[in-house]
Amino acid sequence: MTHRVLIVDDEPNIVISLEYLLKKEGFAVHVATDGEAALAMAAELRPDLVLLDVMMPKKSGFEVCEALRANPDLPALKIIMLTAKGRDTEITKGLALGANAYVTKPFSTKDLVAQIKTLLA
Amino acid sequence: MLQGWVVVLASFLYLGVLFGIAWYADRRADQGRSLIANPVVYALSLGVYCTTWTFYGSVGRAAANGIGFLPIYLGPTLLFALAGFILYRMIRVAKANRITSIADFVASRYGKSQLLGGLVTVIAVVGVIPYIALQLKAVSNSFTILSNYPEIVMPAAAGAVPLFQDSALYVAMILAAFTILFGTRHLDATERHEGMVAAIAVESIVKLVAFLAVGAFVVWGLHGGVADIFARAAEVPEVARRLTRADTSASYGSWGTLVFLSLFAALLLPRQFQIAVVENVDVKHLNRAVWMFPLYLFLINLFVLPVALAGLLHFPAGTVDADTFVLTLPMAHQQEGLALFVFIGGLSAATGMVIVETIALSTMVCNDLVMPLLLRLRWLGLAEKADLSGLLLEIRRWAIAIILGLGYLYFRVAGEAYALVSIGLISFAAVAQFAPVVIGGLFWKGGTRDGALAGLAAGFVLWAYTLLLPSFAKSGWLPEGFIAHGLFGIELLRPQHLFGLSGLDEITHCLVWSLLANLGAYIGVSLLRVPNAREARQASLFVGGTDLAGHTAWGGSAGVADLLPLAARFLGRERAEEAFLRHARSRGLKSVDELPGDARLANFAENLLAGAIGSASARAMVASVVSEEPLGLDEVMNILDEASQVRAYSRELEQKSQELTRATADLRQANERLRELDRMKDDFISTVTHELRTPLTSIRAFSEMLHEDPKTDLEQRTKFLGIIVSETVRLSRLINQILDMAKLESGRAEWTVSAIDVDEVIREAADSLTALYAEKRVALDLDGLHPGLTVMADRDRLMQVMVNLLSNALKFVPTDTGRVKVGAEGTASEVRVSVTDNGPGIHAADHEVIFDKFRQGSGGTDVLTDKPQGTGLGLPISRQIIEYFNGRLWVESAPGAGACFLFTLPRQASDNDAKQTQGGSQ
Amino acid sequence: MIRTRLVAQRLAFLFLLGCFFFNYPLLSIFNQGGSLFGMPPLYAWLMGSWLFLIALLALVIERKHG
Repeated sequence: MTHRVLIVDDEPNIVISLEYLLKKEGFAVHVATDGEAALAMAAELRPDLVLLDVMMPKKSGFEVCEALRANPDLPALKIIMLTAKGRDTEITKGLALGANAYVTKPFSTKDLVAQIKTLLA
Repeated sequence: MLQGWVVVLASFLYLGVLFGIAWYADRRADQGRSLIANPVVYALSLGVYCTTWTFYGSVGRAAANGIGFLPIYLGPTLLFALAGFILYRMIRVAKANRITSIADFVASRYGKSQLLGGLVTVIAVVGVIPYIALQLKAVSNSFTILSNYPEIVMPAAAGAVPLFQDSALYVAMILAAFTILFGTRHLDATERHEGMVAAIAVESIVKLVAFLAVGAFVVWGLHGGVADIFARAAEVPEVARRLTRADTSASYGSWGTLVFLSLFAALLLPRQFQIAVVENVDVKHLNRAVWMFPLYLFLINLFVLPVALAGLLHFPAGTVDADTFVLTLPMAHQQEGLALFVFIGGLSAATGMVIVETIALSTMVCNDLVMPLLLRLRWLGLAEKADLSGLLLEIRRWAIAIILGLGYLYFRVAGEAYALVSIGLISFAAVAQFAPVVIGGLFWKGGTRDGALAGLAAGFVLWAYTLLLPSFAKSGWLPEGFIAHGLFGIELLRPQHLFGLSGLDEITHCLVWSLLANLGAYIGVSLLRVPNAREARQASLFVGGTDLAGHTAWGGSAGVADLLPLAARFLGRERAEEAFLRHARSRGLKSVDELPGDARLANFAENLLAGAIGSASARAMVASVVSEEPLGLDEVMNILDEASQVRAYSRELEQKSQELTRATADLRQANERLRELDRMKDDFISTVTHELRTPLTSIRAFSEMLHEDPKTDLEQRTKFLGIIVSETVRLSRLINQILDMAKLESGRAEWTVSAIDVDEVIREAADSLTALYAEKRVALDLDGLHPGLTVMADRDRLMQVMVNLLSNALKFVPTDTGRVKVGAEGTASEVRVSVTDNGPGIHAADHEVIFDKFRQGSGGTDVLTDKPQGTGLGLPISRQIIEYFNGRLWVESAPGAGACFLFTLPRQASDNDAKQTQGGSQ
Repeated sequence: MIRTRLVAQRLAFLFLLGCFFFNYPLLSIFNQGGSLFGMPPLYAWLMGSWLFLIALLALVIERKHG
């Protein structure tokens, strides 16, 4: 069974790299480039996991995370937050808002894939 | 018909009526409709000064030495002339400090010393006992004489009558019971007894009317008027002697002594203090008493000398005690009714004195002597008891009984040796010992507890030695030799000729020594040290301002409109308004505006201010708005002196506190700024980190993927490598710009300034971007340029600004339809360059934000994400450069209407000047 | 009323006046035989000046302020 992963990031080159990486690992990959699109797509596609950038236009990753956790239709959804800002307070905030993991950019592709697989196992 | 039982019945009836009056007055007081809140009642109650001493004794005194009885009444008259300076002050101080007795007054004045209160109590009790004995003697004698009617029989010597046949004992017991009923029925925190005061006022009327009745009877009933009595007296050499005084200095000296002794007594006797100060309902009542009380004294003395002369003329010498003439003259002429009335008048005088005196003393004994001792005995556990009122009443009842018992004892011991007046004078001399500490305490701030103790003790010891002990000796209870040869036979220590002082009567002699020692010790010991904080605080409460009128009320008027702002100046508006409102409520008014502009309001304002700025300054301040008589020069000088000290001090304080406030504000601001800078730095670093990590993320991801999977197909590989390269370029540019920004901000940038043709620089910048514009198919319109505009600037930096603005515009205009227009024009003083695009425009709120580091405002993308073309540092750097050359860079735009970036630079004076080069000026 | 400084000072003046009236040397002037208004001079003086002083006290204190 194929896991659906939703990538949410506004940085095109990062999106390209993640998309390529995860497709190669056999996931069904979808992309949203801002927070609002991400919520709409999550509701529609019901992904198993969301890779969520924090710094995005329209809605920040934190807000998206909160909204996703408030959606009762997505009880099993896993959320990995990605951020280029590595401050402790933000990590704490992300985890408090219900993220399953927090990954700092730049990340190791191997580690990221491993983390995704662990969460979806 | 004047059998003993008739007299006893009449006495009890009279006492019953008095009691009824007291009961009624107490009830009225409880209902809040005081009977005694009346200046006339106050003046009459002061008549308690006139005891049986006056009623019977004055005549006796007059019969012995003529006009010599009078100084005792002239003194109080003079005291009341000084009321504004002494009594008024004492009443106000007592009310303000809730003082309940003279012992309390003295103790409170010198730092609330219990020891001092106890000493005053002891002196008062010991000193006043002869005086109480005097009343017992007078009442019992008058009863004995009256009950022997129609015969006129002088009573036997006091000590000669068996104890249980002695009417004085029964009088003492009845008076004790009566006083206990009067004064200790319930406790009142203020120690005020309205019922008692009402009864005393009535008694004053009774004894005055009785005496005037006797006087009228003697003068007009028995003789043909006053002139007739004097004329007949002048004919009898033995009697005529009383019409003049010995014309010696000792005679005038003792006269003067008595005037001032009685002045103090009228103030300091416990009962006078009780009635005049403690029982005073309203300090204003004093005004009426100032003349009414002296008038009362005048009236009650009007017939004293005529009656005395008539008695001397009527009774053969030595047959009848002159102290009883008031009673025996009517009896001798068979005026039974009048005689009974006189007896009742005498009873009034005695009961009034005994009641008030023993109540006052019992209060002192209880509050200042017994309770402090009991509370010290820890094992009694009194300090923990919640309700001690029962115990207090019990102590007072016992105190009353014991004091009357002691009075009776003194009467038995020493009563016969002296005439009534002489006994009374012993007491007067005792309470005169309070004068230095009380009067001094009202006017001198330097008095200390130790000084007061020393003065009182010295005065008291000398009084006892020169006056009290001799009275025992004369009665045979001490060896006669004590008087004649002094203590241990030492001549210098003869009590009535101490250290050989002679030529004075015993009272004057006693006062000279005791007051000398008292005053000397009081002042001398006080001056040994500076008053401690507690004494100083009490001193300022009692002495008040430097001006004597400081405690008198305000005669002028000022309204709320004047006083409230005044108070608000010192207390703050809120507190002042609150206090005024409370004052208004206490007067039954609803709001501050209803307050009348009367003296009471001025007083209130003064008191309010006194708490904040000191009483003298407060008065000066209130005086500035209250229209009153101008202050005396002295007073103004005093106020100015103190006020200027206070002001200087407060100015200093104010200055200091202002400096402190300023420093605090500066510090807070600096701290705020520091925190702000810290936060900005934090944000900046966080943002820079983000900006650096974003390209790094792509670079790492693609590099790892290529590294992991060497079999990636060529097309993918090329694409990924292209991304890596462009992200690397972006990263490099970003790093350069950050470094550039840092250099500009820190002022370490290098500038090469020269005269530059703006047109040329713009075209060059446009040329460098032609490829990018072509790629996005955006039109770049350079038609608005005018050649020949010269500015002084760094050519490369200016180029950097233009490239920034042009690439910025390109970034936001739409592909194909995008259009960017550059204009340059010159005014007399400056060159103005504009870069206009047809992009989405910028919200007014973002017009400044976009010049902040890492912020891009347009197109609704108000967050920090970066497009490959920008770093968010272009505009801030451009602005720094333009401002360095004294120009301005800003944006004019509205959403949907494109944006126009403009900058100005000062125009070079002559566009054709030779190139000037100022290298590396910074 | 004692409410103003001026009144207090007037009263104090009466105090001094009284001290003068009721003491040596004035007393010695009247301390002699004979009669004044049918009374011994000393008695007449003391009672008269006393009443006079009381009247002045009343006058000073009860007079309404202008």
